[in-house]
Amino acid sequence: MNMPASQVWTIILALALGSFLIRYSFLGLIGARRMPEWVLRHLRYTPVAVLPGLVAPLVFWPAATGGEPEPARLAAAAVTLAVGVISRNVLLAILSGGLTLYGLLWLL
Amino acid sequence: MAGSSPKSPYLRGILDGAPFVLVVVPFAVLFGVAASEAGLPLGQVMGFSVLVIAGAAQFAALQLMQEGAPTLVILATALAVNLRMAMYSASLAPHLGGLRGWQKALVAYLLVDQSYMLSIARYEEAPEAPLGEKLAYYLGVITPVAPAWYGASLAGAVLGAAIPPAFALDFAVPITFLAMVAPMLRSLAHVAAALASVLGALALAWMPHGSGLLVAALAAMAVGAGVERQMARRRARRRVRRHGSRGARP
Repeated sequence: MNMPASQVWTIILALALGSFLIRYSFLGLIGARRMPEWVLRHLRYTPVAVLPGLVAPLVFWPAATGGEPEPARLAAAAVTLAVGVISRNVLLAILSGGLTLYGLLWLL
Repeated sequence: MAGSSPKSPYLRGILDGAPFVLVVVPFAVLFGVAASEAGLPLGQVMGFSVLVIAGAAQFAALQLMQEGAPTLVILATALAVNLRMAMYSASLAPHLGGLRGWQKALVAYLLVDQSYMLSIARYEEAPEAPLGEKLAYYLGVITPVAPAWYGASLAGAVLGAAIPPAFALDFAVPITFLAMVAPMLRSLAHVAAALASVLGALALAWMPHGSGLLVAALAAMAVGAGVERQMARRRARRRVRRHGSRGARP
């Protein structure tokens, strides 16, 4: 990554401040009225709305292969997702995905 | 659990928080490794882990930085990942809102998935507990978790510099994200939002500077909220059909 240190630190500090303000928001404003139901309903879906979209291009068009879909990475992603859905265990899912990736990269 | 043990709330918190070290450590090591592989010096890696202290947002920022996205897009996306913490903050407010300003600032800084989930469970079990005990339990939970996060990030950053690129670590980030998302897919609405996010991000990948992901994420949130409302309406209608003929209850 060729990003100047000043830009990296800007990102770190702004992200730190923004995260703090999000965390402090309602704690700091006790007595203020409750969040409207429709806002809460949207907030509930932020992680599942952002993370899958972030991952999808990395899975289908990995930079390491020049953007070509590649069986080891596709299989590793599928195994991670399946193990995660079934076991609800983040670590087990990471481990299974990693083993699949290394296993297939070694075999293929 | 509350009241059934003579232990101090702080000690109880430490004991309840300790198992989560096992979850936090590998995750932090992975961040440290991925960040130093991406070329961040030790100071910047630790800047992320100590100042931001939010794994998913850190990974998101790191990924977009590597893609060369502009600063504003990086910030918007990473902060969107953290928006769930506004929900945590709102649900802790009735219990901890009475603390002093600096105490609330400390609670806010240390608000992570683990400290929230354990604390809110205890507060809801014993809502009448004194404010001081609630704070002590919260600080107890985070006492093993936060240092584990810092220390393991450091270990990962030091280790990462020594790992050759042949290890395909480019895929550590996708695997970690998928593993985090999978257990969240617990309702039709969550699955629908995730699908919308994937399809939207792939379809809008042509948009400049990673802005397609932001549009896709907003649309996916609306899809999740919309499906949830539909499901709730359908449930309500079914209930009316089942009980409606017997007349309204008082």
